[in-house]
Amino acid sequence: MSNHPFSHLDALESEAIHIMREVAAECANPVLLFSGGKDSIVLLRLAEKAFRPGRFPFPLMHIDTEHNFPEVIAFRDHRAKELGERLIVRSMEDSIKKGRVVLRSETQSRNAFQSVTLLDAIAEFKFDACIGGARRDEEKARAKERIFSFRDEFGQWDPKNQRPELWDIYNTRTHPGENIRVFPISNWTELDVWEYIAREKLEVPEIYFAHSREVIRRAAGLLPVSHLVQPQAGEKTEHITVRFRTVGDMSCTCPVESAAATVEAIIAETAMTRITERGATRMDDQTSEASMEPRKKEGYF
Amino acid sequence: MSAIEKISLDQTGLLRFITAGSVDDGKSTLIGRLLHDSKSIFEDQLTSITNTTRKRGAEGVDLSLLTDGLQAEREQGITIDVAYRYFATPKRKFIIADTPGHEQYTRNMVTGASTANLAIILIDARKGVLTQSRRHAYLASLVGIPHLVVAVNKMDLVDYSQAVFDKICSDFGAFAEKLNLRNIVYIPMSALNGDMVVERGEHLDWYQGSTLMDLLETVSIEDDINREDFRFPVQWVCRPQTKELHDFRGYMGRIESGSVRTGDAVTVLPSGLSSRIKEILVYEGPLAEAFAPQSVTLTIEDHLDISRGDMLVKTSDTPQATKAFDAMLCWLSEQPLDLNRKYLIKQTTRVVKAVISRIDYRIDVNSMAQEAVNMLKMNDIARVGLKVQQPLVCDDYARNRATGCFIVIDESSNNTVAAGMILPSDRAA
Repeated sequence: MSNHPFSHLDALESEAIHIMREVAAECANPVLLFSGGKDSIVLLRLAEKAFRPGRFPFPLMHIDTEHNFPEVIAFRDHRAKELGERLIVRSMEDSIKKGRVVLRSETQSRNAFQSVTLLDAIAEFKFDACIGGARRDEEKARAKERIFSFRDEFGQWDPKNQRPELWDIYNTRTHPGENIRVFPISNWTELDVWEYIAREKLEVPEIYFAHSREVIRRAAGLLPVSHLVQPQAGEKTEHITVRFRTVGDMSCTCPVESAAATVEAIIAETAMTRITERGATRMDDQTSEASMEPRKKEGYF
Repeated sequence: MSAIEKISLDQTGLLRFITAGSVDDGKSTLIGRLLHDSKSIFEDQLTSITNTTRKRGAEGVDLSLLTDGLQAEREQGITIDVAYRYFATPKRKFIIADTPGHEQYTRNMVTGASTANLAIILIDARKGVLTQSRRHAYLASLVGIPHLVVAVNKMDLVDYSQAVFDKICSDFGAFAEKLNLRNIVYIPMSALNGDMVVERGEHLDWYQGSTLMDLLETVSIEDDINREDFRFPVQWVCRPQTKELHDFRGYMGRIESGSVRTGDAVTVLPSGLSSRIKEILVYEGPLAEAFAPQSVTLTIEDHLDISRGDMLVKTSDTPQATKAFDAMLCWLSEQPLDLNRKYLIKQTTRVVKAVISRIDYRIDVNSMAQEAVNMLKMNDIARVGLKVQQPLVCDDYARNRATGCFIVIDESSNNTVAAGMILPSDRAA
């Protein structure tokens, strides 16, 4: 006899499990994109809830920019092994070697080029559906994203040509060469994600928690010092207590000043926070107000 | 019902609602006000819209800019699709489906309404009940939204007059009666000044009812799901075939309505074979009982051939399995309906070939008049008869939204071309 109230997290969880099972049943060759970040960590727990005691009916895949934080990569490998599921890694370095990606400099942000490597991997494995951890609350261009979002043969998203999505009946049909991006946690907010991580006692990479880090203060935010980011003439570095709200390309993912060292402290901070997740942490998203829209049209996740 | 009452659903913490109205009714301002006064707007969003307000040569903060999403529609200055927004108060989490009010976008409102517990219909106090308001009320009734709020906005422009408000309530009420709409709440407000949205304000002392936010936080939605009829469409059959779980067969899916206990007698449709529930499993372990909308894994006592698309129901309460039925259809595609073509229908987890065998009439959503037509185009709503190749296991939509709804797919383009709501089977095709 269940006595606990059916909470908003229960509702969001059941919706996400339902979506994953629809993908598994109706798509020929799906894959779950796992980066080691908090949103995809939640996806893995939802996949366990959707398919255990069976195995996942899809492999995991990471598109590695090779600009990732080493802690996150270590976590990614550890978690995939713990689950006993297959992890595919495709690296942007391969796309660069093949001449598919041409960078201006070694330290340039690689976020925008992930699309090329992702599309190459989709073609290599003939994936027809990619399950990802994007959320509608992240950015304005995401607010109209469908849960099942269609990409044409060039991986392009056309905001004016998306299928209407009614009730929770999902149309998963694609023509050869097309694919779907599926977002089971579309309706979750950053706070929901952290509350779920707390409830499920999920492990996350250490860099999400407060730690001392050498940073450079620039107008747009704090930049972590690494082999990709070094102080320019006249700039000083300092050690302060920070944590990351998102984990991405080291050259443009900014930490926030925070003393939150536990999931509970992060929840308290997130509930109080006054700046959006991307506004605080992604230099590449600040360029223009709707800056994700052009990138998404090109196949960005 | 005794077993069900023990389950605490009363704190259902997630409310989905839609807002219907045009930009002129102050809809974007209302949403902006809800987000702003509930402190759900972030500083960088506020800075960004303040900058945009200034760029357009205006002063202050235009809250309506918060809900405009894509560059494309910014340029056109209108909202062209359903956008989803999120906010929370200590009492509840909210998902807003923001749907545009223009005539050509019936399909957007139907889409947004399909998952909503509640609809807010905005009326400009100066203009009263317009054709557009009637259209929104009709669509809300068609899609069966359980709760309706009529927000009489811009009360500041009619001197907060109670007489103006009362007139609008009686005009709307007279129309709503014909549509069989229940649970209507009328709230006078000024979204611009914030009266009766989150705060009561100082101008509407004659109004004794709840503020909009108060209503959103407290409206009871536990009965929005059918609690009586157990319906479990099978999504996925789990057969690990490992050493320890060699004979395990778990039927995975979501309970769409009603509830189930271990030991219950169940029937598999459309085959009609019967068994009993052996276990109800979730990741955390076995349950004695589960209810909609939980996602669970069921095992049964007997070895039956059950696959995706089948539905488990209680033997004592079985729905119809039918190859011909009537439905209300909302045509969504730019490509008109072709009566000579076969389409696909997806209903619960079943996909079947179908033909639309006749169109009884089309509804003029402005006048509610029934018109004879021989084709349907985008935004048309019609009563039709359908025939399907394999039986569908369904209930009528008014009784059970989850098992009474379906989508129509064009097999050549793969597009979703229509949304359907199954009617009672009194005179099926």
